[in-house]
Amino acid sequence: MTLVALRAGWSRGLIELRQSFTNGGDLWNHFFWPVSMLVVMFFLRDLSFGHSGFLLGTLVLPSIVGMNVAVGMVSMSQQLTAEREDGTLLRAKAVPDGVPGYLIGKMVSVSGGLVADLAIFMVPGMLLIDGLAIGDPGSWLTLAWVLVLGLAASLPIGAVLGSVFSNARAQGLMMLPTLGMIAISGIFYPIASLPGWLQGIAQVFPFYWLGLGMRSALLPDAAAGVEIGDSWRHLETVGVLGAWAVLGMAVAPVVLRRMARRESGSSVARRREKAMQRVG
Amino acid sequence: MTAASEEVVLDVDGLRMRYGTADVLHDVTFRARHGEVLALLGPNGAGKTTTIEILEGFRMRSAGRVEVLGTDPAHGTERWRARVGVVLQSWRDHGKWRVRELLAHLGSYYAGHSTELVRRPWDAGELVAAVGLTEHADKRVRTLSGGQRRRLDVAIGIVGRPDLLFLDEPTVGFDPEARREFHDLVRGLAAEHRTTVLLTTHDLDEAERLADRIMILNGGRIVADGTAAELGRRIAGRDEVRWTRGGERFTRSTAESTRFVFELFREYGESISELEVRRSSLEDTYLALVHRAESGPRAAADGSREAAR
Repeated sequence: MTLVALRAGWSRGLIELRQSFTNGGDLWNHFFWPVSMLVVMFFLRDLSFGHSGFLLGTLVLPSIVGMNVAVGMVSMSQQLTAEREDGTLLRAKAVPDGVPGYLIGKMVSVSGGLVADLAIFMVPGMLLIDGLAIGDPGSWLTLAWVLVLGLAASLPIGAVLGSVFSNARAQGLMMLPTLGMIAISGIFYPIASLPGWLQGIAQVFPFYWLGLGMRSALLPDAAAGVEIGDSWRHLETVGVLGAWAVLGMAVAPVVLRRMARRESGSSVARRREKAMQRVG
Repeated sequence: MTAASEEVVLDVDGLRMRYGTADVLHDVTFRARHGEVLALLGPNGAGKTTTIEILEGFRMRSAGRVEVLGTDPAHGTERWRARVGVVLQSWRDHGKWRVRELLAHLGSYYAGHSTELVRRPWDAGELVAAVGLTEHADKRVRTLSGGQRRRLDVAIGIVGRPDLLFLDEPTVGFDPEARREFHDLVRGLAAEHRTTVLLTTHDLDEAERLADRIMILNGGRIVADGTAAELGRRIAGRDEVRWTRGGERFTRSTAESTRFVFELFREYGESISELEVRRSSLEDTYLALVHRAESGPRAAADGSREAAR
C-alpha cells in the first residue's frame, strides 16, 4: 500500500461522503433509520424494565447506538456488491493503486456516514431520554474506543461478505440473519432475560458486544446490574471485538484480492445481463 | 496516420485461451510498434474481447507469450499499470460523481508516475476540454448521454497519459456525428501524443478510418494482418462487372475485371453500353475471409496462408 493510495483513498472517501449528503436517495437512507429509531425511543421512554429501577428507553438508546455500528458491516457489504456490479471496482483496478485506494475510500465513507447517522440519532435521543451518564468525559472516551474497535470489527467482515455475494439480490438474503442477530443480541431487551443457549450464540457475534460497550459508556455504573455477570465486561468486549477485527483483517485482503483479480469487462457485462433478465 | 517507430510495444506470440474444453483463442500472434494504431476486427464471438482483456492484465491466458510494454500483463506492477489506458465496452460506474471531479480524482493516482518525458496526470480541466465535455464538466456522470458518457470513458482511459491505450468496441451505439468526433479524438491522440492504440471493432469502416493496420480475428485466429490496402490486394476479391448489350442487362463477377472488360470490348465492340465495374471493397474481402474461416479448419488454414503471402 502506498502513500498515493492512502491520500487518494482518503479524499475519495470524503467526496463520497459529501455526495451521500447531497442527493435525495442517500439522504433518505441517512435519516430513515435514525428517525425510525427515535420514534421507537419515543414510545419506550416511559416503560420501566422489571425491578431494576431503570427505564427501558434508557437501556435501549445506547444499545441502538451499538447496533448501528454493527450494521456498518451490512452497508460495507452492500456497497461493495453494488459497486462490483456497476464496474466501479473494475475501474479502480484499471488505475495504479486503485484497488487499495478504493477500499480505503470505502472505509472512510462508510465510517463517516455511520458516525453522521449516530449523531442524527443521538442528539435528539439524548434530549428525549433521561438517566444517561453523558456529563462525564469518561463516558465519551469509552464510546470512542468502542466505536473504533466496533468499526474495525465490522467493516472488514462486511468487505468479505461483499466479495462473497455476487449480486445485489443474493445480498438481500443477508438481511435475515442480521435481523435475527439483532433480535437475540439484547439490543431492544436485556439479554439476561433470554434462555442461556441463545445468550451463548449472541455472545459470539459483535452485535451484543457493541451494545454492551455502548451501554457501559452511556449508562451509570449501577446499570451493570442488568447485564450478564453484573458487569460491563470490558476485557471480554475488547477480546471478542478484537478477535473479529483480527479475523476480518486477516481474511479480507485475501478474499478482496481474489475478487479483484477475477473482475474483468466481460464478468461485469455478464452480471449486468443477468440483472437485466431479472428485471425484464 | 502516424509513422510508427521500431520499438515494439505489444508482442504476442502463440497466445491461447481455453475455457473448459473449448478453445477461444488458438495461436494468436502479432506485434505493435510504438505510435501505431491497430484495429482488431472480427465478428461477434471471434475472441476480440478475450484477447484485449488478456493484454490489459484482467484475464489469465492459457498459454503463449505476451509482452505489453515489455512486461507480462499477468504480472504487471502498478508502474506498468500507470502506462496503460483502458476503455472497456461499457461502463456505468461513478454515476454520482461530477465529470471533472472524477477525472481529477482518478488522475491523482498517477501523480507519482510522472517521467521526464510524460507529465502525469493530464489536468482535469484541459482533459475535459480535449474530449469536448467542458459544458458538462460539473454535471453528474449519470446525467450524461450515451455519447458523452463514452467520451468521459475515453477521458478516464487517457487521464494518466498512457503510452498504450486499449479501446474495446469504442463506438457501439454512437450516432454518425458522435462517431466522427470520436475518430478525430483517437487520431489526435495517436498523432499528437504518439499513443499506441489497440482497438477492437466489428465495424470495418471504423477499422479502415482509424487504423494504420488491421488484424482480422475470426474463430480465435488472426486470419489476416495488414493495412487496409494490403488486405484488399492480398485476398483476390471478385469485382463485379455489369453491362448492357442489345437491350439486355448482364452481370458477371470476376477476379480480373480489367482483362474481362478488354475481352468484352474486343468481342462486342460498340454494342456494349452502360458499363459498370465495381471493385471488390475491403468489406467484400472481410466477408470473404470470415466466410472462408467459418467454412472449416482446412479452409481457414488456406485463408491464413493466403493472407500471409
